[in-house]
Amino acid sequence: MTDVIETAPTSPDPRDRGGPAQPMLIVENIKKYFPIRAGLLNKKVAEVKAVDDISFYVLKGETLGIVGESGCGKSTLARLLMYLIEKDEGHLVLDGDPVGEKTGTSLDGLRRSLQMVFQDSYSSLNPRLPIEASIAYGPKVQGTREKAAKEQARALLEKVGLKAERFGQRYPHELSGGQKQRVNIARALALDPRLLILDEAVSALDKSVEAQVLNLLGDLKEQLNLTYIFISHDLHVVKYISDRVLVMYLGQVVEIGPVDDIYSNPMHPYTAALLACQLSMDPDERVESAPLAGDPPNPVNPPSGCRFHTRCPYVEDVCMSKMPSLGDTLRADPGEHLAACHMVHAGSGHSKAPNPDSRPLPLWQGETR
Amino acid sequence: MWMYALRRLILTIPILLGVTIICFALVQIAPGDPITSLVRPDTPPEQIAMLRAYYGLDQPVVVQYFMWLWRVLQGNFGTSIANNAPVAAEVMRAFANTIVIALISVVLAFIVSLILGTIAALRQGGIVDRLVTALAVFGISVPTFWLAVVLVIFFAVNLNWLPATGMGSGGSDTFNYFDWNDFKFAVMPIIALALPPLAIMTRTTRASISEILNQDFIQTLRAKGLSEFAIITHAIRNIMPSAVAMLGLQLGYLIGGSVLVETVFTWPGTGALLNKAILTRDIPLLQGTILVLAGAFVLINLVVDLAQSLVDPRIKRT
Amino acid sequence: MTDIPAGSFPTDKTQAAPATKVRGYWGSVWNRLRYDYVTLFCLGLITVIVLLAVFAPWLSPMDPERSSMANRLRPIGHAKFTLGTDEQGRDMLSRLLWGGRVSLLMGIVPVIFATLIGGTFGIIAGYYGGKVNMVIMRTMDVFFAFPSVLLAVAIAGSLGGGIGNQMITLTVVLIPPICRVAETATAQVRSLDFVDAARASGASTYSILTNHVLINVLSPVLVYSSTLVSISIILASGLSFLGLGVSPPTADWGLMLSTLRQSIYVQPLVAALPGLCILVTSIAFNLVSDGLRQAMDVKA
Repeated sequence: MTDVIETAPTSPDPRDRGGPAQPMLIVENIKKYFPIRAGLLNKKVAEVKAVDDISFYVLKGETLGIVGESGCGKSTLARLLMYLIEKDEGHLVLDGDPVGEKTGTSLDGLRRSLQMVFQDSYSSLNPRLPIEASIAYGPKVQGTREKAAKEQARALLEKVGLKAERFGQRYPHELSGGQKQRVNIARALALDPRLLILDEAVSALDKSVEAQVLNLLGDLKEQLNLTYIFISHDLHVVKYISDRVLVMYLGQVVEIGPVDDIYSNPMHPYTAALLACQLSMDPDERVESAPLAGDPPNPVNPPSGCRFHTRCPYVEDVCMSKMPSLGDTLRADPGEHLAACHMVHAGSGHSKAPNPDSRPLPLWQGETR
Repeated sequence: MWMYALRRLILTIPILLGVTIICFALVQIAPGDPITSLVRPDTPPEQIAMLRAYYGLDQPVVVQYFMWLWRVLQGNFGTSIANNAPVAAEVMRAFANTIVIALISVVLAFIVSLILGTIAALRQGGIVDRLVTALAVFGISVPTFWLAVVLVIFFAVNLNWLPATGMGSGGSDTFNYFDWNDFKFAVMPIIALALPPLAIMTRTTRASISEILNQDFIQTLRAKGLSEFAIITHAIRNIMPSAVAMLGLQLGYLIGGSVLVETVFTWPGTGALLNKAILTRDIPLLQGTILVLAGAFVLINLVVDLAQSLVDPRIKRT
Repeated sequence: MTDIPAGSFPTDKTQAAPATKVRGYWGSVWNRLRYDYVTLFCLGLITVIVLLAVFAPWLSPMDPERSSMANRLRPIGHAKFTLGTDEQGRDMLSRLLWGGRVSLLMGIVPVIFATLIGGTFGIIAGYYGGKVNMVIMRTMDVFFAFPSVLLAVAIAGSLGGGIGNQMITLTVVLIPPICRVAETATAQVRSLDFVDAARASGASTYSILTNHVLINVLSPVLVYSSTLVSISIILASGLSFLGLGVSPPTADWGLMLSTLRQSIYVQPLVAALPGLCILVTSIAFNLVSDGLRQAMDVKA
C-alpha cells in the first residue's frame, strides 16, 4: 500500500474545480432517523438511528473503505450520499460546492459526479431490459441521443471486460453473478462519474470472481481517475483495496484512519474485535472463542454512553455514562488515526487512558504474528 | 392480541362508513328524480317543492347524506316505493332466509372440500385428484344461475324428486328446516350455492395439504414412525386456521352472490328482494338490501379475522 | 493502491462458453406455451368463438330477432332450426351467434377499461406509497367490502338496464382487484435496486415509471386481468339474467337463459343451451389465463 498523501491524481482532470487539495466529497454531520410507528393511530413511538451524526471526507483519487457489521447503517449512509433517501440533517460538499443548496451543485450535477454500484446483482438490473439498454438508460436520461448512448454502452461493456457483440443484447438472467456485477459497474460508469460508491459490490461473488472484479475496479480507477467509497463487511477485501478505513458501529463512526494503521494498530476495541473475527490461515492462530459475542444491540434504543459498552471487554463506569468523542474528522489530517474510545483519550476517566504524552497501546497485534 | 382486536375493530369503522357512502350514492346515480316518481304527473309545482323540503332533498348532498345516515343508524331504512312498507322489516325477514341456506351451503362445502382436497393431495395424479382439478375449473367457470336451471331441469322436471321453486305452502312463516316436507325446497338452492365455494375450497385444501406434506417436520414425523392417519390429522390441523378463514370469506360471498340463485328458485331471501327492487325500480328497497348485505359481509370478515388471530399463534400482531 | 497486475483487463472466463441464442422474455414465454396443449386448445377455442361472434351477421342462417308464433320451442335437430327455437319462435342458432357478440364484448371491454384505470391507480399507489397509497388503497378497500356480484347488482340496479350502464358497472366492479394487484407488483418492483439506480442517474419519476416499472408490472397485471375476463362474462350474463343488460329483442346469452327459463318443462335442452355457451367460453378463458400464468412464471 502506498502512502495516502500521494493519492492525488497525477494528471489534471478537466472536471476538477476545487484543485487537488480539495476533498472530492465532504460529509458533514449527516443524520437519518427512521420513525417506528405503532399503536392504534400509527403514532411515532421510537426511531431507529440508522445514521447518527457522521462526518468524514474523501480525498480525490483515494479509496475510503467503510466497514461494520450488517445493520450498522452502512447501506443507509450510501443511499444518503446518493440522495436516494432524504437526510434529516447534514450537508454534502462535492469538490468544494455544497450540494442541493442555492449556490452549489444541483442534484443533477451530483448525480453525474456520484454513482453507485449496488450489492444485489439480481435486483440491480432491470430483468426486462437487455443489459445494453440498462447501461444506455442513464446517458439517455441526461440527454444523450439514443444511438450515441447505445455506442457508449457498448464501449463501456468492453471496458469492463465483456464483449459487447456477445453480451449487449442479453438479459440479466442470462448472465453469471460476476458478469452482472461488471454490467453494474459499466452502468455506474455510464455517466462518467468522479466518485463511485461501491456498496458491498463484490460481497455476493465467489472468491475467484471477486478477485477479478476487484482487479477490474483497480484498473478502472487508475484509467478513469476515479475516487471510491468502498463499503463492505469483508475486512480482507477492504484491506486490499482501501487507502483509508472508516469503521461504523450502530450508526456512528468509531474509528477512522489509514488502512495500515487500522489493521496493525486498532485503537477501538470494536475494530480490534472485528479484526480478531477474521479467520486465520494458520490453524495454530485460530481463535478459540468468538471475540465479539452476541448481536449488536437494538438500534432503536442504543445503549447509553459508548454504544459499544455492552459488548466491550474493557468496559468501565465512564463508558456507560459518557459518549466518547471521535474528534474532528473534518479537520484531521488524512494520515491521522482517530477512535471514539475513552481508552485513547487522555484524562477521560478510563483506567487504560494514556498519559497525555504517551502513545496509545495497541489492543491487538494483528500484523505482527 | 387484544391490541390487534381493538385495532381491527377501529379499522372497520371507516370501511363501514365507506359502505354507507356507496349505498347513499346509489340513489344519487339512479336516473330520474325520486320525487317525481312518488307523485302523480299533474301535481302542482308548489306541492312538489314542499315534498322536496320535507324529504330534505333541497339540502346539499353532504347534508342529505348525514340526514340519511342518522336515520339509518336509528334503524330507519326508508320506505319501499312499491308497497309503502318500511324497508328495514322487509329486508330483515328476507335476510334470515338467505343467511340460513348460505350457512348450510358453506358448511356443507367446507366439509366436502376438506375430504376431497385431502384425498386429492394424498393421491396426486389419481382419479379423485383429476376429478378435483376438473371440478375446480368447472366451479369457478359455471354461472350459478345456469347451474340452478340445470338442477331444476334434472331433479324437478326429469326426475320429479324435488320441488322446482318456492318455499312450500306455508312460506317462510311456518318453514321448518327439520321437516323434510319443508326442507326439500331448500335442497336445490343449497346445492347450487355450495358448488362454487366447494370448488374453490377444495383446490385450496389440496394445495395447502400437499405443501404441508412436503415440509420437513412431516418427514420427521414419518421418520419417527407415526402412522399415516396420524400424519394426515396433523396436516389437517395445520391448515385449519386458513381453511376457517376461507370458510368465512366464502360465506360472505354467498350472502352477496345468492341473488341469482334465489331468483331462479324464487327463494324469498334478499336475492329475490333485490330482484323485485330491480324489476319495480324500487331504489329505497335496493339501497336498504345492499346496505344490510354489505354490512353483513364486513362483519363476517371482521369475525373471521378475529377468530383467526385467536386460532393461529403465528399471527402475532401488535 | 498498488499490487494490481499491469496489462490487459481481466476478462470473465465464462465468456469462452459458446454463444447461446438470445431469447427475450416473451420468446421464452412462447416457448413454454408451445408445449402446453390444453392452453393451446383453449386458445384455439376462443379464437373460434371470437370468429363466430365477429362473423355472426354472415354466419347466422336467420334473423335472430324475427319471431314466429307457429314455430315456438322447436327441439334441437329440427330440419329448419338446427338448434331449435325459443319461446317466441326465434332461431336459436342465430340468436346464440349474435348473443356471443354481446357476451364477449362484456367479457373483454370492461376488463380493458378496468385494467387501464385500476392499473394506473395501482401503479401510482405502489410507487409513491405513503399518503397517496393510503387514499387510493383505503378507497379500494371500501369497494372490497362488497362481494362482486352484490356490487354489480347494486350499481346496475341503480343505473338501470342497457349495454352502456352494464359496461360502466362491470368496469367499476373490476377496478379494485386490478388496482390491488398492480399496487402490490409495483411496490415490489419499487423496492428493487435497479429503480434506485435509475433514480441515481437523475431520471424523472415519469421516465422511471414508463421505462422500468411498467414493463415489470405489466405481465403480472395482464395475467391477472386475463383471469377476470371469464368473471366479467359471468357477471354480465348474470346482470342480463336479472334484466339489467341489453333490452329485449336483442340476443344475449344471459337474457336468453332468463327468458327460456319458463320453457324448461317443454324444451329443457334448448333452455340449457345459452348457459352452456357461457360455461364453455368461461372455462376456455379460465384455462388460458391459467396456462398464461404458468408460462409467464419465468424467473426473468
